[in-house]
Amino acid sequence: MNLRSKLAILGAMALLISACQSTDTVDTSAETEMEAPVATSTPATTGPSPEEQARMAAEALARVVYFDFDQSVLKPETRSLLLQHAAYLRTVNTPIVLEGHADERGTREYNIALGERRAQAVADFLVLQGISASRIETVSYGEERPAVVGSNETAWSRNRRVEIRY
Amino acid sequence: MRVIWLLCVLFMVSSQAAAQLTIEVTRGMDQPTRIAVVPFIWSSPGTAPHSLDQIVRDDLRRSGFFDTMEPRNMLSFPTPGPNINFRDWRITDTEYLLVGSVTLDASGYQVFFELYDVVTERLVLGRTVSGGPTNARDVAHRISDIVYENLTGIRGVFSTRILYVTDNRQGNEVSQYQLMLADQDGARERVVLTSPQPLMSPTWSPDGTQVAYVSFETGRAAIFRQNLATGVREQLTNFERINGAPAFSPDGTKLAMVLSKDGNPEIYVMDLLTKELTRITEHFAIDTEPNWTPDGRSLVFTSDRGGRPQIYRVDIDSRRVVRLTFRGDYNARPRLSTDGRFLVMVHQSEGVFHIAVQDMIDSTFLIVTETELDESPTIAPNGAMVMYATKWQNRSILAAVSLDAGIRYRLPAQTADVREPAWSPF
Repeated sequence: MNLRSKLAILGAMALLISACQSTDTVDTSAETEMEAPVATSTPATTGPSPEEQARMAAEALARVVYFDFDQSVLKPETRSLLLQHAAYLRTVNTPIVLEGHADERGTREYNIALGERRAQAVADFLVLQGISASRIETVSYGEERPAVVGSNETAWSRNRRVEIRY
Repeated sequence: MRVIWLLCVLFMVSSQAAAQLTIEVTRGMDQPTRIAVVPFIWSSPGTAPHSLDQIVRDDLRRSGFFDTMEPRNMLSFPTPGPNINFRDWRITDTEYLLVGSVTLDASGYQVFFELYDVVTERLVLGRTVSGGPTNARDVAHRISDIVYENLTGIRGVFSTRILYVTDNRQGNEVSQYQLMLADQDGARERVVLTSPQPLMSPTWSPDGTQVAYVSFETGRAAIFRQNLATGVREQLTNFERINGAPAFSPDGTKLAMVLSKDGNPEIYVMDLLTKELTRITEHFAIDTEPNWTPDGRSLVFTSDRGGRPQIYRVDIDSRRVVRLTFRGDYNARPRLSTDGRFLVMVHQSEGVFHIAVQDMIDSTFLIVTETELDESPTIAPNGAMVMYATKWQNRSILAAVSLDAGIRYRLPAQTADVREPAWSPF
């Protein structure tokens, strides 16, 4: 196991745990509910290879980040999650698709632009963390593919999102 | 530029009705004109397969300009010719009387109708309208158009059509998106395209033969155009990132669109013959939702270059940009009436999205809708009504309102969520 991936896994675990614990603000409720549970099967010494462990840790990371209304600014908890994704993505060479979405309020084509701006904010952050821009494609679905159907703040807060696919 | 010609077969399904729109008038004029459309006399063997007079009655009533008398309340059923007892109509406060006779043979329908002014007891007009054996609705709508124009001075839109998008999602299962075409009253609905991926921003060519829209079927947004009669379609763009908001120029030779291939959403114009692209806007903000001015020399569009979305106009030759809206902090998706006088938009005030109309001559600004989450306004070709999408009983439906807000109706759908209406040209 090389030192870099070891550190990446440790860092990812630590940040994920701290991210899960920081539920003191109202806005994070949606995020924490959506997050996959921290990997429950503790890797045994004779278990999966380091690469496999890194992949499993990355798979356990939340793949969705959320935004405020009409905003494309990354929230603090989003930044810590993206740092963990970036740590893993630096160790592999997979293509990354960032899907931007908006809630149903506002016009459809403007929301397409807003979804792209959100996806681009995530892309810019990953590039700053050393991920090659050529690996990243952004696609905006605007309000066309809501995660949750409904005309209320709960649904809207879940729909203002970027989905990270790799 | 890669141009792909595709036959529509891949995404076409049998045209089972998906939405089935019906019209419910929620508000008409304060003093509608009272008209009696007498059941047309059937002058051919057998019984009439369609009640043309009922279609005319529905058209006129739904326009909001008319109060139409039900046949059960009529004291007599006159036919064309000098047999009308005007007293029967004066005592019921009827202002106008429409009588007609219908024949149907192998060559199709023939309707002779007469419109009478009850007060003066004079014939206003007598006319014959004909159409093919399967075109009963077209014939009836043409009669409605003639009567409407004669009595209001405004050209009727009863023969026009609408495009719209339906989302057949049930609960949280995977959606099926359909681009639909129907008469403006929701009748004769048919499927233009079905896709498992989102379809959006449908728009008409000025001659009404083609439509353009955005489809995500390739895994990203792409602009297509499609011939409505043949079903043949052509993929016009395949750029990375946004390919959106298509709008045909008034002469039909160009398509305005939004592309973000150079980093952020900018407005471009494509020559539909050469496929050559010209970039129109250059700004780091969002520029989107272009719509042509009637002279084809400018585009109105949405931009947040001032911090919040507002409507601007750009001159295509000089690229000079002028801001048009100043009321509130969210005005988007502009549509200009065909005479260029009225700018219709989505306007947010106090967190609620309404349709608003700005008079470009005297700058008056009027919010014309009362529901929430109103969007996607499209103006009837006669400039009298705006159709838009709204929420009603937890569903997306279409509704319409006159530009002065005096007349309203909605078109609830039987099943699917319905959105993004686009009203055809004449």
